[in-house]
Amino acid sequence: MTSKLTTSNRAGWGFALPGFALIATFIVLPFIFAFWLSLTNQRLISPNPTEFVGLDNYRSLLSIDVLSIEPERDAAGALVRDDDGALSYPAVRGFTRNNPDYPQYAGMREWFRWHWGDTAKVVIATDVIFWKALANTLTFVLVVAPVQGALALGLALLINQRLRGINFYRAVYFMPVVVSIVVVSLLWRFIYDGEDGLLNNLLSALTFGAFTGMDWLGNPDTALGSIMAMSIWQAVGFHMVIWLSGLQTISPTLYEASAIEGASKWQTFRYVTWPGLRNTAVLVVIVITMQAFALFAQIDVMTNGGPLDSTQTVVFQAVERGYGKQDISGGSTISVILFVLVLTISLIQRWLAREKT
Amino acid sequence: MAAISSDNHGLRLVVRYAVLTLIAAIFIFPLVFMVMSSFKPDLQLLRDTSSFRAFLPVGDLSLDNYRDAFTRAPVATFVFNSVLVTGLTVLLSLLFCSLAAFSFVFLNWTGRSVLLSVILATLIVPFETIAIPLLLLVSKLPWIGLDGFQIGWLNSYRVQIIPWIADGLTIFLFVQYFKDLPKELIEASRVEGASWWQIYRKVVMPLSGPVLATAAILKFLVMYNQYLWPLIVVQQESYRPVMVGLQYFFQLDTAWGEIMAYLTVITVPVLAFYLVLQRAFIASIASTGVKG
Repeated sequence: MTSKLTTSNRAGWGFALPGFALIATFIVLPFIFAFWLSLTNQRLISPNPTEFVGLDNYRSLLSIDVLSIEPERDAAGALVRDDDGALSYPAVRGFTRNNPDYPQYAGMREWFRWHWGDTAKVVIATDVIFWKALANTLTFVLVVAPVQGALALGLALLINQRLRGINFYRAVYFMPVVVSIVVVSLLWRFIYDGEDGLLNNLLSALTFGAFTGMDWLGNPDTALGSIMAMSIWQAVGFHMVIWLSGLQTISPTLYEASAIEGASKWQTFRYVTWPGLRNTAVLVVIVITMQAFALFAQIDVMTNGGPLDSTQTVVFQAVERGYGKQDISGGSTISVILFVLVLTISLIQRWLAREKT
Repeated sequence: MAAISSDNHGLRLVVRYAVLTLIAAIFIFPLVFMVMSSFKPDLQLLRDTSSFRAFLPVGDLSLDNYRDAFTRAPVATFVFNSVLVTGLTVLLSLLFCSLAAFSFVFLNWTGRSVLLSVILATLIVPFETIAIPLLLLVSKLPWIGLDGFQIGWLNSYRVQIIPWIADGLTIFLFVQYFKDLPKELIEASRVEGASWWQIYRKVVMPLSGPVLATAAILKFLVMYNQYLWPLIVVQQESYRPVMVGLQYFFQLDTAWGEIMAYLTVITVPVLAFYLVLQRAFIASIASTGVKG
């Protein structure tokens, strides 16, 4: 039902245009640019004209292969073992550098390897750092999304009870959300510090000195996990509030009914609360996933991608190349890959959460 | 269930508060540590981390760190830049986004649904995926200012403000809110001969207090806490905002007391602002979820 009174092309466009033009220029245009730039060799400042290079950028980022290397044998055909009895393998270099038999491996480097019987399976990639960044980012998302979502729900349930002073607790739990992640990252460097870190001192006190301390951010095994814990600490209050608003849309009569039926706490949660939170759950998981993929400031402030590339992330790499090395096309290619990843994962999440008929 | 003795009930209450308080401590301790450390000399600050003294205002307390931080870095400039950029962006965002949403909800015009779909589609594009191409774009944009025509927006206030004015989420929030306003009100004013601008200013805006607060708070948090974007588009100190200004303190020897003082200066006003407007802050985050 459209009324003549409200039809006006001039006023309609006039009011909407300023906002739309800004979005078109600063969001839509660069988004389209990203795809185009990823097919070129564009640099931020360059004396040479930009050339179209097709899928070269994608090829050099994504090329990955598995090399099977047989252990070395002596003249009689017996396996060569060193003093410790370990097998010895020819160097990967022999396959990837100037080897005319394997032109497809030229320039690739080893990422990691495992053993299959006597054969060594070596994963090689042209851009090992990017693959590490990709693996770290996916690990981060796969851990942070469910853990943060669940902790936020737990906090929301805890806060959603009628208690004197509950608003005070809600305000405190939410507090880290308003603090910049940059500030938070700096503060947590103190907590994670290997020498006088607050965490080491706390753990040492709790274990009566049995725990002797560890350099949380300096150890490749703990660095990413430490950043995950801090990120969850900072953002969990945000999603607690979203869960809370979902909880408050559930009708109290449903709870009364389940109390009359004599439902246990778990049953009430399982059959009343959780079904009522369905839409909220989808939103929370998608939002956390998008935020987790964007992991950057924590890395930039705390580790710079180290130690041993254990905290490299996709966005950190995009910035390091696009801005640090002024390689706009390389940064754009990573951006496109990131967008495709985010889109794929949120489509999968939506599909998993679809209404089952 | 009904047979809980009052004694048991009291104990439960104690346990509940104990759990709530323990969790509160986890969320608050780094911030307490930050404020307390900002008053301590470096040596004592590092020594105190081995005990509860880290969270207490004890020992040799002074404002020296604040004085030194302000002499070491142009802190006032950083704060001024952040306040200017954040304030202007929030105001312009409220104006441009509410105007667009007003048009999408109350007016009929050709192309309306297409434009709205494009705007809502941008919600799934994280800023991080367009940052690099946007960097190239702003480095080539023209500008006509007081000092004439020039190419390139790098190292300026405009590069920090203009790209952030309009965004899908803010427009979406206004659209959702306007949809719930009675349409008859607008049509009645139309019959009385009011112009669209008058309806926007005199009818709709006075009714929009809650959504204006929500949009302003969300934009404020995003803008004040900006890091990645100013990091890559502003190299000149004179345009740097507070979060990027932080790098200043790592150039020479790391002076932790000064860093804590600087962090306190840039964080505590926001926290105070939050605590005063706590309900509005939480309501604004909640409103991004309710109808999404």
